[in-house]
Amino acid sequence: MSLERDPQRVDVAIIDSGGANLASLQYALDRLGARSIVSDQPAVIAAAPRVLLPGVGAAGDAMRRLRGTGLDRLIPQLRVPLLGVCLGMQLLYRHSAEGDTACLGILGARVGRLDASPARPVPHMGWNTLELLGEDPLLRGIGAGDYFYFVHGYAAPVDACTLAATRHGEPLAAVVRRDNFRGVQFHPERSAAAGARILRNFLDL
Amino acid sequence: MRDGQVVKGVRFREHRVVGDILELAARYRDQGADELVFYDITASPEGRSVDRDWVSRVARVLDIPFCVAGGIRSVADAERVLQAGAEKISVNSPALADPELIDRLSERFGAQCVVVGIDSQTTDDGYRVYQLTGDPSRACDSRRDTLAWVQEVQQRGAGEIVLNCMASDGTRHGYDIAQLQRVRALCRVPLVASGGAGTIEHFERAFREAQVDATLAASVFHSGAIAIPALKRELRAHGIEVRP
Repeated sequence: MSLERDPQRVDVAIIDSGGANLASLQYALDRLGARSIVSDQPAVIAAAPRVLLPGVGAAGDAMRRLRGTGLDRLIPQLRVPLLGVCLGMQLLYRHSAEGDTACLGILGARVGRLDASPARPVPHMGWNTLELLGEDPLLRGIGAGDYFYFVHGYAAPVDACTLAATRHGEPLAAVVRRDNFRGVQFHPERSAAAGARILRNFLDL
Repeated sequence: MRDGQVVKGVRFREHRVVGDILELAARYRDQGADELVFYDITASPEGRSVDRDWVSRVARVLDIPFCVAGGIRSVADAERVLQAGAEKISVNSPALADPELIDRLSERFGAQCVVVGIDSQTTDDGYRVYQLTGDPSRACDSRRDTLAWVQEVQQRGAGEIVLNCMASDGTRHGYDIAQLQRVRALCRVPLVASGGAGTIEHFERAFREAQVDATLAASVFHSGAIAIPALKRELRAHGIEVRP
């Protein structure tokens, strides 16, 4: 996976939003035989047939990086399938309580903080099943018995955009979609066979 | 981990080689482990950081999360490990020497990346945090009370606590339920029980009686005494929700 690779010939461009899980995503795509490129260059992202928006860390840092390269303006205009992963999904929303950050505004809701209690440790870390609320090619082959790996301290509410929900004390959005923009709160690259199925489905969009 | 091989000791001593890291990683992945933790036990006592090469090799074969522990003393050390593909880094001795390290790691990477490992010894003065436990000749009392340290690391931004009860480590006599309960009462981040698992019932008790979020074990899996699929079947049969 070299940065020099021709963006016209990759299957997916991974947006470098400063997160640290880029390698895991790339390895997961490698295991599926997909060609990926990591970039923060608008020209590279605009030319890709599919775009992944990852991100681990703080919403404020990630948005600053996207603004610095102009990707905050490009991303909402993309017409190819885009998948936000974890923080990348949260960035699709209007606002995140994490650092009181204005985000991309593709989805209208606000991302809120999960409050810890003795019965609900935060961050939410662990394997959860999904409650499937809508049909989508991204969820092809996924059932109520499949587990996905979640690691997050903030969450989006279940609303009309939510394709699948999960619970950590309260219900939260696990898979969301608006038009060509999709997001997953869990980490498909670290969710064993079920996660690989999600990534395969994304590559088939 | 020691010098590129997987080793396991008893009560932090007499470490024996149990296998090649990639083979073991793939085996546990296939058996249904939910997360793997790699401790480079020689890293802190020798004053060096974990060597990064094996981290990316492990990241290529694993499709489950994994955590790397050992000798992470700075944001730069952590960044190398996370960029190589680990989900989390775990700090132990370096956090005792420089507690603000936890703040810096949490600020840079988010709490969800930052695990604090606590090696806790039962003494006449209560539960005490030990440091440099990878080397029996240098392991010593850090002069910190375990329960106070559990609270401090959360305030500093730890996203998970792995409590390794040293008196039970490697003994297979069971997790230290009493100590886990004391820590659980103070712990609002995920708590992982470590040290002493010998039977399936031990795992079950840690979940049921100490409400831990996860259990960690090494000896019983390395030796083959407990197979992960059988363990998970039993836990599910007892009403504890685990991924099949």
